[in-house]
Amino acid sequence: MTETSRISTIEEHPILEYIRRDRLPHIFCSACGIGTVLQSFATALRSLNYDMDNMVIISGIGCTGRASGYFAADSYHTTHGRAIAFATGVKVANPKLKPVVISGDGDLFAIGGNHFIHAARRNVDMLVLCVNNFNYGMTGGQMGPTTPVSAITVTSPDGNIEHPFNLVSVAAASGAVFVARWTALHARRLTKSIEKALQKKGFTFIEVVSPCPTLYDRYNRHGTGLEVMKKYREISVIRNFSDPMQAEIDYRTRIVCGEFVDSEKPEFSDLLEEHGKKLQKGD
Amino acid sequence: MEKPILTGEMFTQGDIAAAEGALAAGCRFFAGYPITPATEIAERMAYRLPRIGGRYIQMEDEIASCTAVVGASYSGLKAMTATSGPGVSLMNETIGLAAMTEAPMVLVNVMRGGPSTGQPTEASQSDIMQAKWGSHGDYEIIALIPSSVQEMFDLTIRAFNLSEQYRVPTFVLADEIIGHMRERLIIPPEDELEIINRKKPTVPPEEYLPFKPETDLVPPMATFGEGYHFYATGLTHDQKGYPVMTDEAQLALVPRLCDKIRKNADKITQAESTETEDAEILLVAYGGEARTAMRAVKDARAEGMKIGLFRPISVWPFPKDQLKDAAANAQQVIVAELNYGQLVGEVERIIRNEVPVHFIPRVCGTPHTPDELMKEIRRRIK
Repeated sequence: MTETSRISTIEEHPILEYIRRDRLPHIFCSACGIGTVLQSFATALRSLNYDMDNMVIISGIGCTGRASGYFAADSYHTTHGRAIAFATGVKVANPKLKPVVISGDGDLFAIGGNHFIHAARRNVDMLVLCVNNFNYGMTGGQMGPTTPVSAITVTSPDGNIEHPFNLVSVAAASGAVFVARWTALHARRLTKSIEKALQKKGFTFIEVVSPCPTLYDRYNRHGTGLEVMKKYREISVIRNFSDPMQAEIDYRTRIVCGEFVDSEKPEFSDLLEEHGKKLQKGD
Repeated sequence: MEKPILTGEMFTQGDIAAAEGALAAGCRFFAGYPITPATEIAERMAYRLPRIGGRYIQMEDEIASCTAVVGASYSGLKAMTATSGPGVSLMNETIGLAAMTEAPMVLVNVMRGGPSTGQPTEASQSDIMQAKWGSHGDYEIIALIPSSVQEMFDLTIRAFNLSEQYRVPTFVLADEIIGHMRERLIIPPEDELEIINRKKPTVPPEEYLPFKPETDLVPPMATFGEGYHFYATGLTHDQKGYPVMTDEAQLALVPRLCDKIRKNADKITQAESTETEDAEILLVAYGGEARTAMRAVKDARAEGMKIGLFRPISVWPFPKDQLKDAAANAQQVIVAELNYGQLVGEVERIIRNEVPVHFIPRVCGTPHTPDELMKEIRRRIK
């Protein structure tokens, strides 16, 4: 086969089989990090040849909340913050299913924060992919639980005075068995981490630091999406298995990326099944 | 393995009867959060479900409980939660989601005194309107009100049946009196129970439209993991389940969500009329208060008063035709509720000033005695 004919046989994008093509074009802004995350996720599904009859993709509300609607999979768009609670119901009701929650920092850690820490504590089998763009994009760029101190948003017009969460630290402290952080620049490393997390049984968490060129990065004069990506390249460092408590995330100085936690712990639906089996035998 | 259906007789509490009714209906998933006076339902489920191959989970709050129930329902299990007014206040967000995405689920609300923390251990019927209007937007739910321990069992089964048949969140609205009352419960053999399961799609996945209704206005329901690969959202959606923000999409969806209950109301409504044929005075009462009212009616009949009792068993949808029949000869209607005026408004709306409608409120935690109720009735009748 000649080079030319080989190229001519590629008629469509290799991840399209995982996408609801009748929903394209998507609603995401140009240079938004969500596209990278969805691409990495679909690429991971493809390289694992994941059985899509065993997966449910769930999201909350917000820009990233729209993610679930683009996958040709069983998928559900919950109310604001509740994706993890819904995923817990799915996993417990049918343990063969792997819930994947794709949502934003505000959805998962402000309104949904309680569900996050408790699902991590129980170690309910699911992958939580968090697109962290430091603000509420869908509603026009308000400050949220990850907005850095002094950052400008429409509800912190004179600079944010709140202390933000360090998401990987919250996840690790709550009991997640896999915790990673990448930026939207680290598409390949992100894909590998997603593959790893999908193969683990337990509560797994990946934060993806993402540009929001339309709102957050514009208000804070970070330049275009491309410039934000260049900045990520400049300031991000990879420190696998370093202490997530110390995993700095500061756009001015340093973003510490890597896989911070990869541990084993009995999973909730397994424990529940074991518990039930014992009782059914009359032990 | 223990039996899911404990056929036979037992002397038990209303809350336990609701749990047993759920198991008999095929419920295999419970998510909840402790709250007085409904906790006994969770306690029973925590003990019973793992022993019969079901799943019990105590969640971090009522929002999570109700949301997990919707997740379990979409994953193919009959699922329920149980709570009281403060818990329902939190669950209302998800009640709207369940109504919008047509998730079958049952919620038992053992009503206590409100507002807010109110009187946790006392009886009340003050969540009647909350059940109907608790979440935002136009939607319909079904709510059934038991008056005995036996009805806690029977109506919980019916709640599951209706919820599955119409893909709608269904309430069992019990007052604390019925929740904590102990009396005889008869659980029939399995083959005597009528159990309804949700309709499943009959078309292959590529032809399946998850929100395309059939003539009864209810779409067949695929569940996660069956290969249908469908999408559901709380946003206004088309028959594919995709978000659509047009007038047409809202018009095609929201009236149907209401009409699947309104237009099938004759199959859903349930009521009981006692001594109403020649009744000049019609008393309306439900739940625990209906037991007091029944005694008052018997006593008054013995004294020659032409009085009858109308007991709505489904409050939503309200059995309006049955009320009109029961009130056919009535010159006055008297509504007695353990609240400061809720279902009386619905009765007034149906009676339409044809005869006077009087109201007997009671907002403290104890029910009327039959004598007190009769005294109140005599004060009102002309």
